[in-house]
Amino acid sequence: MTEADPFVPLPYRVGRVRRETRDITTLELAPVTGVRPDYRPGQFNMLYAFGIGEVAISVSGDPAVPGGYVHTVRDVGAVSGAIAKLKAGAMLGLRGPYGTPWPVEAAEGNDVVFVAGGLGLAPLRPAIYRVLARRERYGRVVLLYGTRSPPDILFRQELERWRRRLDVEVLVTVDRADAEWRGNVGVVPKLIARAGFDPNGAVAMVCGPEVMMRFTANALHASGLALDHIYLSMERNMKCAIGLCGHCQFGPDFVCKDGPVMRYDRIADILTVREI
Amino acid sequence: MAGGEPPIGTQAMLSLDGLRALIEALAERGYQVLGPTVRDGAIVYDEVAKLADLPSGWTDQQDAGRYRLERRTDNALFGYAVGPQSWRRFLHPPIERMWRAHRTEDGFAIDATAVEAEPSKFAFLGVRACEIHAIAIQDKVLVEGPYVDTGYQRRRRDNFLVAVNCGQAGGTCFCASMNTGPKVDAGFDLALTELLDESDHRFLIEVGSVAGAEVLSALRHHAASPEDIAAADAVVARTAGSMGRVLDTKGLKELLQSNPTHPRWDDVAARCLSCANCTMVCPTCFCTTVEDHSDLTGQTAERVRRWDSCFTADFSWIHGGSVRPETKSRYRQWITHKLASWIDQFGTSGCVGCGRCVTWCPVGIDITVEAAAIRATPATSTETDHGRT
Ligand code: SF4
Ligand code: SF4
Ligand code: FES
Repeated sequence: MTEADPFVPLPYRVGRVRRETRDITTLELAPVTGVRPDYRPGQFNMLYAFGIGEVAISVSGDPAVPGGYVHTVRDVGAVSGAIAKLKAGAMLGLRGPYGTPWPVEAAEGNDVVFVAGGLGLAPLRPAIYRVLARRERYGRVVLLYGTRSPPDILFRQELERWRRRLDVEVLVTVDRADAEWRGNVGVVPKLIARAGFDPNGAVAMVCGPEVMMRFTANALHASGLALDHIYLSMERNMKCAIGLCGHCQFGPDFVCKDGPVMRYDRIADILTVREI
Repeated sequence: MAGGEPPIGTQAMLSLDGLRALIEALAERGYQVLGPTVRDGAIVYDEVAKLADLPSGWTDQQDAGRYRLERRTDNALFGYAVGPQSWRRFLHPPIERMWRAHRTEDGFAIDATAVEAEPSKFAFLGVRACEIHAIAIQDKVLVEGPYVDTGYQRRRRDNFLVAVNCGQAGGTCFCASMNTGPKVDAGFDLALTELLDESDHRFLIEVGSVAGAEVLSALRHHAASPEDIAAADAVVARTAGSMGRVLDTKGLKELLQSNPTHPRWDDVAARCLSCANCTMVCPTCFCTTVEDHSDLTGQTAERVRRWDSCFTADFSWIHGGSVRPETKSRYRQWITHKLASWIDQFGTSGCVGCGRCVTWCPVGIDITVEAAAIRATPATSTETDHGRT
């Protein structure tokens, strides 16, 4: 085994932990030795909980902030559950960053539409930070976010802060309202028609459950966006993250190296095939 | 080239004693010599310490879902096609520990060096043309991509390959369709063609590398005559003309990729047991999974990698469900990957036509028959489920 073995995780230590919702936690992670490699919005890491296993999680922090990574994890299984329960000071293993990024540079000069469903807001957040940091380089910026119910709203304070900005349009919808909710109810693709952007040249970055992304991409295309201006972040089972285990295949692509961020025109056909 | 070693491409004649000396010469050079042996009614690759370990006078009968060893009327040492195993089990083992970790005062530490140094200097004796192509395909997948499988690379690095040109095609072989055989063309150190008649048992031996030249120079051999070379060519030509199966590869990639909803997938799913045998015997399949364990005290942990198969439910599991719950989507994934998307991914088909998946399928599902069935009635337009919930 050589030093460059891509299967061996590096030690990271948990810093601040933030409980976002009932089942979602955000962790700050700092390398125990050396420095965090640069990463690009949309990339992910393999996080390892001692003796339990490894799971692929997108980076959710601001790439301009040095130091460590920020990851937002939903407790959905043994490994993600163990990671979500880690306390400040705990150690975990990390391999990465891996995968293709959001086209934040390529979108400069155009309107940008972010569409997030549920936890899908987390992998989009680094791209949102990046675009807002260079706000003057873009046209109109729209963020459409849908989630199950008001208590499931992720990054709530940040959404409020972005919503108060005059140069960002933020629309939020929930599947099920509660007594206090005065906002939109319904699925996120319905917000597209209400958002103010010029479909001509606009670039959309979409992240959420596959069904939601399929409907969203259809609705964006119907509203005038070019197929090759729509980007989705795909998800498949991943064991290696480096193109060697075969698990993440999606048609001819490996989601770990040809994705997760994929251009819609390249996958539109295959996305309609059941159980591909 | 030093020491008067025979140049690459040299063809010479080796006697049965010469073959015995070849096994010894490889062992003397520190190689673990692995080759065909007979065990449990099949040809399996195992340690070969002496000539007598090779399967003398055996042949095989292979058909869809059927394999049987039979006696030959002669003493041929390589008179059969490929068995259930391939060399992949040595280069890309079924189970491999990736690393161990132990708890420390302030967390844990990973001991990458705790991986056992394995004897990795393998000499493979009796590698068939399709198998050389299969190894080259795994090289492409595992060491020629953006990330390298370091274990595979280490085991592969000091490989010595003694190839054998097939003297007989198996009942399920179709290497001629895949352009992977039966003649070995590259990627070997030494290549043998077995020549035997009533009076003589000998081998035409060809040098394929500098390492091969060095080994041959240590063996007693003599120059091949034009008659010897013609006899060896005739052996391969006869084999090429007696393939058990045929696969029409023309436009096959596009054909499979444009037929994801073909009714044939339901038909094959009604027969397929989703047992994964086809993927376990295939020499190019590379899929693996990892398992993490810790000991009872929770003080040490390890990661183990195992062969996996696209036929299992866990393979595509995300968020409490399988992406491919149905057998038809798993079979479609397997055959479409082998014969189509592999070309997108690695610039080559993932099938070398060895026939193992046909022979070892318990219900005799035949990759050549399934591909032909899709070709016979290709769907003109694929129905899709745009907007399905
Ligand atoms: S798919 Fe079947 S015939 Fe092709 S290489 Fe694999 S086992 Fe051999
Ligand atoms: S094709 Fe045959 S060997 Fe492969 S999974 Fe199905 S039943 Fe098993
Ligand atoms: S996760 Fe292993 S190949 Fe992509």
